[in-house]
Amino acid sequence: MDNLLLIFTDYTIRNVLLGAIVLGLVSGTLSAFAVLRKASLLGDTMSHAALPGVVIAFLITGVRAPLPLLIGALIAGLLGTLFMSLITSTTRIKQDSAQGVILAVFFGFGMALLSWVIRQPGSEHAGLDRFLFGQAAATVESDVITMAGIGGIALLLIVLFWKEFKLITFDSQYARAIGLPVGLLDVLVTTLIVVAVVVGLQMVGVVLMSAMIAAPGVAARQWTNRLGVMVILSAVFGAVAGAAGALISSSAANVPTGPVIVLAITVIVMVSLFFAPNRGIVWTLRRTKPVLAPTPAEPKLPYRAVSAARRRGAYKP
Amino acid sequence: MAKKTYLYPIAVEDLTVAYHEEPVLWDVDVTVPAGALMAIVGPNGAGKSTLIKAMLDLVPRSAGHVHFFGNSYAEERQRVAYVPQRGSVDWDFPTNALDVVMMGRYGRIGWLKRPGKADRVVALEALDMVGMRDFASRQISQLSGGQQQRVFLARALAQDADIYLMDEPFQGVDATTEHAIVRVLKDLQARGRTVVVVHHDLETVPEYFDHVLLLNIKAIANGRVEDVFTPENLRATYGGRIDLLLKPEVSHG
Repeated sequence: MDNLLLIFTDYTIRNVLLGAIVLGLVSGTLSAFAVLRKASLLGDTMSHAALPGVVIAFLITGVRAPLPLLIGALIAGLLGTLFMSLITSTTRIKQDSAQGVILAVFFGFGMALLSWVIRQPGSEHAGLDRFLFGQAAATVESDVITMAGIGGIALLLIVLFWKEFKLITFDSQYARAIGLPVGLLDVLVTTLIVVAVVVGLQMVGVVLMSAMIAAPGVAARQWTNRLGVMVILSAVFGAVAGAAGALISSSAANVPTGPVIVLAITVIVMVSLFFAPNRGIVWTLRRTKPVLAPTPAEPKLPYRAVSAARRRGAYKP
Repeated sequence: MAKKTYLYPIAVEDLTVAYHEEPVLWDVDVTVPAGALMAIVGPNGAGKSTLIKAMLDLVPRSAGHVHFFGNSYAEERQRVAYVPQRGSVDWDFPTNALDVVMMGRYGRIGWLKRPGKADRVVALEALDMVGMRDFASRQISQLSGGQQQRVFLARALAQDADIYLMDEPFQGVDATTEHAIVRVLKDLQARGRTVVVVHHDLETVPEYFDHVLLLNIKAIANGRVEDVFTPENLRATYGGRIDLLLKPEVSHG
């Protein structure tokens, strides 16, 4: 009971918990869209591509304040996306290869910069390396406020453009036909995914943040057939994993947060994959009949047979 | 000089579309009169779907113009409804049939607003017209291919447009769906709407349609079925293969 009370009274633990919940809510929400857009791996590329942005922002400002670093990460992540679409649109290189190239080049450059900065004299750069694997225990109030501000804007945009995002995700061709600016909306969704990545960088780190973009959406899809419910579930799964990971890592010394959060969301994914009603593996195995039984009223005459019958005059609809 | 093309709901002039410098459509001229029920037929790779997409500004045009009631598509968007190929989307998307049909209202609803009761009523009526009202709350992946096709058709009906462009609505559907679609086509025509359908079954052209466009990269012929749906034109469209496709009643008539 004392430990529980600490959540509300202890300054550090409260910040860690709030930060992790914000992280989970934002990445979970965007994860639902990333999964449905079949762009889960985008998070992987983005988060790795963000590293040089963090280091360069630090070099320019000279301080380790959260907002400039996150803006640096955002710009680098968006540049990575831009280069990726340039590669796929101007060459015959496919999306997956382009992602691999961008990830490697940006992350390699970021690592080189980071190692160089860390070896410089002085102490301002202390803690910059926590962007690699994340460190929840170091979360302070200004971090939480920055994360909540950025994440809140992202969530607000999703609410405002809900039906447009739904339509471009389901049927982008039809969306273009009815006059939606699909290109712009695509850029907006991608930017929001980068924002979700950036929000989690300090706590989870660039290496494992991709899991928070891929996993919550996959888990949530198992439980529901409605987009709204899926997005909310995805956010809740993200928040639960974030909170679990942050609390465990801040109570045990030297446990990096990123891996613990990822382990937590992995447990949620495994449970969802196996036990979710209808889509779960356990349910699929237990079923002897196919779940999608054809509607009884539906005659299944093949089209050709009907045509032939009609030709003989034997078929009158 | 007044625009002559205003006479027609759809007028395509000198339309050329190319992918990687290979022409997919070459100098196509088509006019569709008001109230026409027109089939676009032609062999695989003839550019049938591309023609529809080029009309809707979904693929870039190398040359030519498309007019709807004498205006560009962007100006007349509300009056044109599009039924894409069923295979162009992932039906495992988490939503139900009614919600997909509601998407047909999005163009009218506008930004930052949600569909209201009136939109719901229109969407349910559209589902009713294709015989799918009982499936309104069914998850779309649990519908048969034909039922999914009818949901797409209902979405276009919910747009309440003057012109309907449909890409292969009869592709791989069951008999119930085929009859439902034909009924809807005739009903649209009876209400004075103009309908253009990419079609792949030559046998049913005279029965289902009153106008036809024979297309093979170039527009071979375009007009009333009884005038242009002739063995000569079909041979010009399909080449030598037509002898395999032509059925006695078609080649005699």
